[in-house]
Amino acid sequence: MTVLTLAKALNEGLRAAMDADPKVLVMGEDVGKLGGVFRVTDGLQKDFGEDRVIDTPLAESGIIGTAIGLALRGYRPVCEIQFDGFVFPAADQIITQLAKMPLRSLGKLKLPVVVRIPCGGGIGAVEHHSESPEAYFTHTAGLRVVACSNPVDAYTMIQDAVRCDDPIVFFEPKRRYWDKADVELGAPGLPLGKAKVVRSGNDVTLLAYGPMVKTCLESAAVAEEDGRSVEVIDLRSLSPLDMGVIAESVNRTGRCVVVHEAPVFTGLGGELAARISETCFFRLESPVIRVGGFSTPYPPSRLEEHYLPDLDRVLDAVDRVLAY
Amino acid sequence: MTAPSTGLTAPPELVQLLTPEGERIEHPDYEIDLTADEVRSLYRDLVLVRRIDLEAVALQRQGELGLWASLLGQEAAQVGSGRALTDVDMAFPTYREHGVAWVRGVDPVNLLGLFRGVNHGGWDPYEHNFHLYSIVIGTQTLHAVGYAMGIQRDGAEAASIVYFGDGATSQGDVNEAFIWASVFNAPVVFFCQNNQWAISEPLEKQSRIPLYKRASGFGFPGVRVDGNDVFACLAVTRKALADARAGQGPTMVEAFTYRMGAHTTSDDPTRYRVADELEAWKLKDPIERVKAYLFRSDLADQAFFDQIDAEADALGKELRRSCLALPDPAPEALFEHVYAEPHALMAEEREQYLSYLAGFER
Repeated sequence: MTVLTLAKALNEGLRAAMDADPKVLVMGEDVGKLGGVFRVTDGLQKDFGEDRVIDTPLAESGIIGTAIGLALRGYRPVCEIQFDGFVFPAADQIITQLAKMPLRSLGKLKLPVVVRIPCGGGIGAVEHHSESPEAYFTHTAGLRVVACSNPVDAYTMIQDAVRCDDPIVFFEPKRRYWDKADVELGAPGLPLGKAKVVRSGNDVTLLAYGPMVKTCLESAAVAEEDGRSVEVIDLRSLSPLDMGVIAESVNRTGRCVVVHEAPVFTGLGGELAARISETCFFRLESPVIRVGGFSTPYPPSRLEEHYLPDLDRVLDAVDRVLAY
Repeated sequence: MTAPSTGLTAPPELVQLLTPEGERIEHPDYEIDLTADEVRSLYRDLVLVRRIDLEAVALQRQGELGLWASLLGQEAAQVGSGRALTDVDMAFPTYREHGVAWVRGVDPVNLLGLFRGVNHGGWDPYEHNFHLYSIVIGTQTLHAVGYAMGIQRDGAEAASIVYFGDGATSQGDVNEAFIWASVFNAPVVFFCQNNQWAISEPLEKQSRIPLYKRASGFGFPGVRVDGNDVFACLAVTRKALADARAGQGPTMVEAFTYRMGAHTTSDDPTRYRVADELEAWKLKDPIERVKAYLFRSDLADQAFFDQIDAEADALGKELRRSCLALPDPAPEALFEHVYAEPHALMAEEREQYLSYLAGFER
């Protein structure tokens, strides 16, 4: 076992993927000598060369568009979008091309492209550096969308994403980049599409992904002091959803709170609440409650503690579902 | 306020090897030495491609296609550039490159699927190294550059060529593609068919300089060719591809041509352009000049032209037959090929919908 930060675990995962398959490329802004602004690609260009770790011009549509072309030639590009709020110039290539080309070819083309996006707030950043744009992509047919929450998953999920023949948007919780955990290098992980019960409980199910998993685990620990048994599920895969694990838990607890940083309105929590109401209707003891960002643009950083769900807001929601 | 028009008159820097009157002329930088068979074969392609296009327009008018994007007037640009490609080169088309598809060997009925609505393309891009049609303007230029970067990494001697129009040169993707190709010295040819019109917008809405001059600002050569001259299009594209394969990086070719028909069958060009313009361009027709040259040089007789016309009619007839025979997709096709690997939501929705449909059959 090796103690790694989440950023370093991604780095080791990318390194393993590049070792395993010479067709794997890393491309993006500043991913070479600098190693990326979060150092996720640190040292990769030195070890794999400029042909495989490509510092690109500063144009996000170009990154995804040329990655598609490289994939058409048999490569497996891993693209870094420097910050969540910078993905939008690439949205056209992701939505109209990357996601749609396999169907356009009736399955003759595969586009194994990974789009890595550091996401979420909590780091005191300027505008466009703290967003959670996952719902734009979960709403796009043809994409898989995943989010890692911890170093162990980060290490295996990035390798699984690279191996997958479908295009994947891969969200990385930027405020957790520096969280540490024991990672067993070389060990396989839970399959990419699987959700994981990260804390067992009987009274309430908390559904979270990415940066909010840790917040929910902390909330569950505090709730336990009040005698409440809270289960926490890390969704890991946002599209498709692993409804089996989710339904099993909610059918058991009868109560569910969904937590994400993205705005609640038409966010992933709405889809989860609807699906839970369809699949767990007779076992529900309360409505599904969502905790998330407000329907405002992401605020200036001095306000972000009010915008982001935190331990108290999650516990408040737990209280509310238990009050039914 | 608009910038000065580039106008209808071709400027002196236009590369031309065959005049509109069918007279063969020389150009200091571009030589071409074609056998009689090759010239006849180019003529055949031009005629057959025009016939495919006419048949598709007729099929649309009769309700058999939802839409068609006619290439009328652009046959020489497409046949000439397409014939410059070798088997290992890869072509990235727009939705109007029926002539390039033909010379690459794609069965024309494959082009009708997306216009009839039975698929979004569906042919195998690798079978003839002819990629799927791209409808979002300019997106394919980046794909071609990425593909060319793959060629570089493979150490292969090949190139990609990407087709786009005058309107597309305003797209961000096209400009990003220019930058990428330049910075990475990618083996790609940017083949811009300037047909003077982006639906209703004339060229001066896109550019106040001739399009080929854009290339110099990005750091690679640009050349304007008479897009209605199949010899010149072939010669110029051959050189650009050879340069690309030899590691000399990208070239932009501006084929100066004219969209003689509507943008698509849904368009009405009488609302925005005058008939005189079309009449002037008819005198520069890409097929007539080759026919005149063949006659003038005694390379073909009337029997040859009759034979090509008969072949074209047979091709049109066969295209019509195969179009009408295209099967409508089964409902479950909705859920197929969206993902390469098994996908829980696809499986769930497919099962639910098929079960719903089965309810009507009881």
